[in-house]
Amino acid sequence: MKSTRRKFIKIAGMSALGWSLCPALFNGSSRAAGHNEGHSEEHSGSSANAHGHGVRWAMAIDTARMTDEIMQKCIEACHSAHNVPHINNKQEIKWIWPETFHHLFPGQMNDHFHTNEFPERKALALCNHCDNPPCVRVCPTKATFKRPDGIVMMDFHRCVGCRYCMAACPYGSRSFNFADPRKYLKESERTLEFPTRTKGVVEKCLFCYERLAEGKQPYCVEVSEGTIYFGDLNDPHSDVRKVLKERYAIRRKPELGTSPCVYYLI
Amino acid sequence: MYDGGKIIAGLAVFVLLFTFPFWYNIGNAAYTKPKLELPKDAKECVEKTEWMRAEHMQLLNEWRDEAIREGHHTYKNMVTGKVYKKSLTKTCLKCHAQKDKFCDRCHESLSVHPYCWDCHVAPKGDK
Repeated sequence: MKSTRRKFIKIAGMSALGWSLCPALFNGSSRAAGHNEGHSEEHSGSSANAHGHGVRWAMAIDTARMTDEIMQKCIEACHSAHNVPHINNKQEIKWIWPETFHHLFPGQMNDHFHTNEFPERKALALCNHCDNPPCVRVCPTKATFKRPDGIVMMDFHRCVGCRYCMAACPYGSRSFNFADPRKYLKESERTLEFPTRTKGVVEKCLFCYERLAEGKQPYCVEVSEGTIYFGDLNDPHSDVRKVLKERYAIRRKPELGTSPCVYYLI
Repeated sequence: MYDGGKIIAGLAVFVLLFTFPFWYNIGNAAYTKPKLELPKDAKECVEKTEWMRAEHMQLLNEWRDEAIREGHHTYKNMVTGKVYKKSLTKTCLKCHAQKDKFCDRCHESLSVHPYCWDCHVAPKGDK
């Protein structure tokens, strides 16, 4: 076959076109397949994000109906399912805990008919899974990171225990393991379903990502007798969106611009 | 040869010391592969036995990163396409329920100390 300059340029041009088209076509089909694989696959897709489309998990706590017993049940359910040890001193570890209004909302207590009337009323505090999380920004190893579905995730494997995130978090949601937590967890109390942590690792609430992946609600929501609403903030028909539409709700320390996704119904 | 005696004596000492591991272990039993207790109610692992023996550490590292960081929770067998959940405690340990009769046997014999169990809770024989 005689090759000419004209033929060579033609072949080169067609190959360049092929190279630029094929990856685009291939990627398109694989992404479509990924979407059918299920719930958890969808969240991790590059198209999902915290603003606009995709899932954005959020919580609304009904402070008017919340009682001490319900709070205790929520804490018990969460801590026993996640191997959180009970340490009764300054080195305590907490994922979810009761807090008074004037501690929860220090900048909002001049509100004359909502928070101001009940400075001693208690509500549950937990990680707010902020849209703009300061803990994620300061983590030097990316052990804590933001998932596309809004959860501020911890990769305990990667945490080096520098505690920058604890300094950065304005809500005190993070706890440090000053000692091996297994010292405070009897063998009979440990659950196999969730790892314990190790000495020198920071931990916090993870919005029960392991249950969300199975299509279940977080533990605290399940035992809260309907006083905690949970769902997708981007879905107008979800429980959270419906209740936020009807009730007056505030968030913790909005002046800091962290955009929490845990709402308190007053 | 100058100082021949010293050189030969020195060489002899060197050879003796250099081969210390060999003659020290003369008479000891030869290394035997540890006997593993295989799960009774499962016939196949997530991959072939030979592949798992060589690559399980890499596989577990990949599972760790993909499940936590990327949110991909399912693993497909490379040959049959059977789907498994990427989880040490919910997949591996469901069959290999006693880690002291499976994991630990090889690890102890080869003196490797993986730190999986510092956090992940082993079903039985947990220290």
